[in-house]
Amino acid sequence: MNDSQKSVSPEDSAKPIIEIREMHKWYGDFHVLSNINLQVQAQEKIVICGPSGSGKSTLIRCINRLEEHQRGHIIVNGTELCNDIKNIEKVRAEVGMVFQHFNLFPHLTIIENLTLGPIWVRKTPKKEAEEAAMMYLEKVQIAEQAKKFPGQLSGGQQQRVAIARSLCMNPQVMLFDEPTSALDPEMIKEVLDVMIGLAEEGMTMLVVTHEMGFAKSVADRVMFMDDGEIVEQNSPDVFFDNPQHERTKLFLSQIL
Amino acid sequence: MPESTAAKREQLKPPVSNVGIIGWLRTNLFSTWYNSLLTIAMLGILAWLVPPLFRWVFIDSLWNSSAEACRDIDGACWSVIPNNIRFIILGFFPEGQEWRPILAMILLLSLVIYSKERSRWKKSLAWLWLINLIIMGTLMYGGVLGMPVVETSQWSGLPLTFLLSFFGMIVAYPLGILLALGRRSEMPAIKTLCVVYIEMIRGVPLISLLFMSSIMFPLFLPEGVSIDKVLRALIAIILFTAAYIAEVVRGGLQAMPRGQYEAADSLGLPYKHTMRLVILPQALKIVIPPSVGVLLSVFKDTSLVVIIALYDVLKTTMVTLSNPKWAGYSSESYIFLALLYFVFCYAMSSYSRKLEKELHTGH
Repeated sequence: MNDSQKSVSPEDSAKPIIEIREMHKWYGDFHVLSNINLQVQAQEKIVICGPSGSGKSTLIRCINRLEEHQRGHIIVNGTELCNDIKNIEKVRAEVGMVFQHFNLFPHLTIIENLTLGPIWVRKTPKKEAEEAAMMYLEKVQIAEQAKKFPGQLSGGQQQRVAIARSLCMNPQVMLFDEPTSALDPEMIKEVLDVMIGLAEEGMTMLVVTHEMGFAKSVADRVMFMDDGEIVEQNSPDVFFDNPQHERTKLFLSQIL
Repeated sequence: MPESTAAKREQLKPPVSNVGIIGWLRTNLFSTWYNSLLTIAMLGILAWLVPPLFRWVFIDSLWNSSAEACRDIDGACWSVIPNNIRFIILGFFPEGQEWRPILAMILLLSLVIYSKERSRWKKSLAWLWLINLIIMGTLMYGGVLGMPVVETSQWSGLPLTFLLSFFGMIVAYPLGILLALGRRSEMPAIKTLCVVYIEMIRGVPLISLLFMSSIMFPLFLPEGVSIDKVLRALIAIILFTAAYIAEVVRGGLQAMPRGQYEAADSLGLPYKHTMRLVILPQALKIVIPPSVGVLLSVFKDTSLVVIIALYDVLKTTMVTLSNPKWAGYSSESYIFLALLYFVFCYAMSSYSRKLEKELHTGH
């Protein structure tokens, strides 16, 4: 489906779905992200970790332009993010995002939460959108709650609905911004299970998380960020057993 | 064993002093020595005030008599209302055409009542309103189907109050929402324009806006062009109300968590859909109580049009009282008028409470 679009790299098979080149971001004078270079291939699963304030959330929020970058290039699925709102909306429709605090729409039922995007962005007929939504609700095992409002669900259930809401848009990439950090311990597993299921189906995923177990079992690549830089990235075995960088070693010693 | 204790526990009743009438009296009226004192003092005041008031309203009063009969009584002369009801309600609307404003008001009220159910808030309802607006306008103005033309200068009393307040609110609310969105816009020109408008209007009393609309505004029009006086007053009320609504709605928009915008954005929803489907439904729900406050004051403030010589229901009542025959009965007339206003204001505020309850989805 990307054939018609301008190819970013000469070999089509290796064409990354997300490409970030020499990207910088500032909040005022504060340099939040510094010289970020990142390529994500289709079906790759990347876990980003690092201390708080290291810029990991900001990085994935730049990918669907919830945050604006000031220098460098971000190209998602062949579309470069610039100030053109049409471009931004196009990228956002292709990129699913799951937030720490779920951010479901509290005035809409679960099924309405799920069909909002397909109906108004994809122009899918209502009935079709509802059928698809029910399918995704089955997948996250919450179909029986379809008619309820978000406020009536537990945190874990809400987060699973949020994942289903993103999936309804048939995204090319899913971004997860600390999806389990706001959950009670007993609910973390049900959300991680859904995410593992997604990974097994071949979804391209970028996950900011502190769940190192998830990183070990699912990630193709683990990235460590500190002070707005990507300090180190490696396959999980190497990353956890043989970290290269002092800062990585220090971080891992604190959390493991 | 545990079963028997549970059974025993159910048998236990709270002490008599905490339930029933005695319990209620104890907790609410005589809980402390000063509460008891207040209760007794209040009972004394009520015993002193209520019987004479009751006698004035019901026993010594006349309900439907001539003005002369009222001279000999000590109680209320309610007869002032039925004897002048035609003028108080309809004002200068021509004799013999009374059915037209009455029908228009019935149409308006039934439409309002019909629109109360949220399940009926569809596009078809907007069309229904539009069609009825045309019918009501035709009924009032006439000029077709053998109905003689009634100029707007003859529109007065309750129909005029309804016209100014209902249509003032209906037009001002969406305008206020647009102003609120404009004030939060990232486009500097639009933002500045909205801020200047809102602050200017809010810095001016409604009376001066009405004066401007009726005296200053015509001076700027080219000769021979005139805009209807009622319409000018209506526009002044709309412009005034919209500025207040805008600030109320802005409060609601600011109360929305950023995550709601972000969630809508990350679905790729364009701005107008984000606002219409995600942000405004929630923000407007939050601001139901203050919005109703603004709308209630508009409803009552429409009576200020007396100063530009429009005869709303307050002014027609005052005219009635200037008739020497009925001159002494202002208390009765104003109580009637207060009840009339109260019925509509109370209906509005209880409807808003019902709406709030219906729209509550959190648990």
